[in-house]
Amino acid sequence: MAKKKRENPEISTGSMADIAFLLLIFFLVTTTIASDKGLSVRLPPKQDVKDKVDIKERNIFKVLVNSTNHLLVQEQPMELKNLKEEAKKFILNNGADPLSSEDPEKAVISFKTDRGTNYEIYIKVMDELKKAYTEVRAQKMGVTPDQFLAFENDPDYKNEKFDDVKKAIPLNLSEAEPTGVGN
Amino acid sequence: MAKFKKKTASKQDIPTSALPDIIFMLLFFFMVTTVMRETDLLIENRVPRASQLIKLQKKSLVSYIYVGKPKETNKYGAEPRVQANGVIMETKEIPLFVYQEKDKLDEVDRDKITMSLKVDKEAKMGILTDVKTKLREANALKVNYSCGKETSTE
Repeated sequence: MAKKKRENPEISTGSMADIAFLLLIFFLVTTTIASDKGLSVRLPPKQDVKDKVDIKERNIFKVLVNSTNHLLVQEQPMELKNLKEEAKKFILNNGADPLSSEDPEKAVISFKTDRGTNYEIYIKVMDELKKAYTEVRAQKMGVTPDQFLAFENDPDYKNEKFDDVKKAIPLNLSEAEPTGVGN
Repeated sequence: MAKFKKKTASKQDIPTSALPDIIFMLLFFFMVTTVMRETDLLIENRVPRASQLIKLQKKSLVSYIYVGKPKETNKYGAEPRVQANGVIMETKEIPLFVYQEKDKLDEVDRDKITMSLKVDKEAKMGILTDVKTKLREANALKVNYSCGKETSTE
């Protein structure tokens, strides 16, 4: 049988570039650059009857922000930039200072705002407190804070040390109901 | 058998003149179907910046609540308001909104719902506290305060 002679069936590739460009533009347009990120918190469940929790006074690190956005930490006025170091000192006290925390596991940071406090200040203070915890935890684990944050953002990351550190230094950040001045 | 004349080799080129039209059709299809942003914002919304950011993992489990000063101040007033689902609502309507959002999810995922609060940085804590109280009432306890990435390092 004689084979049919054929010309080389070539698909013209001239417009391939156009197709590729279109796809590129399509993805460029649809991809949202600003991904959803933020500070994650867990609210306490609603309780009708307030049960008293016994926490020693020394284990509570009190952070207050008033309606004029001024910071009061442990009854002392403070600048925002000093807050992180102070919080770290408190978490890692381990009973050294009788007025500071006994143990990172028992340490609680209580954060109270006023109804008139600016949201931006609230986020800044929250960020500093979280930063303090991230740095303390990262130090304990022996990684940089940035690495630690990356681990936290990876849902598939499994590491015993990571879990241990999180258990040893729990993020006890309690938000008190705000006072009602300066609405 | 002279009738079986060898066919003259026809041109094998695929006509490409219609290709741009097809591609344009595809492009238009995607342009029309892709949702760029779910809601039109009726309020001003510039989120603050922070460094300790956690990425929201499952988009399907996330619902958004916006808080900020209304753009149309003559209609809604100048005080920060809550917007969810494309409408401006009272804080007392939030539990209903949360239940509606929860109903959209599978039963196993209902407690995993995350509320992403996009609060304008000019807003005050008062309205946020009201929102939080309502969220606790509705048992939506996972909250993420939406923030931009802090650009400057210390």
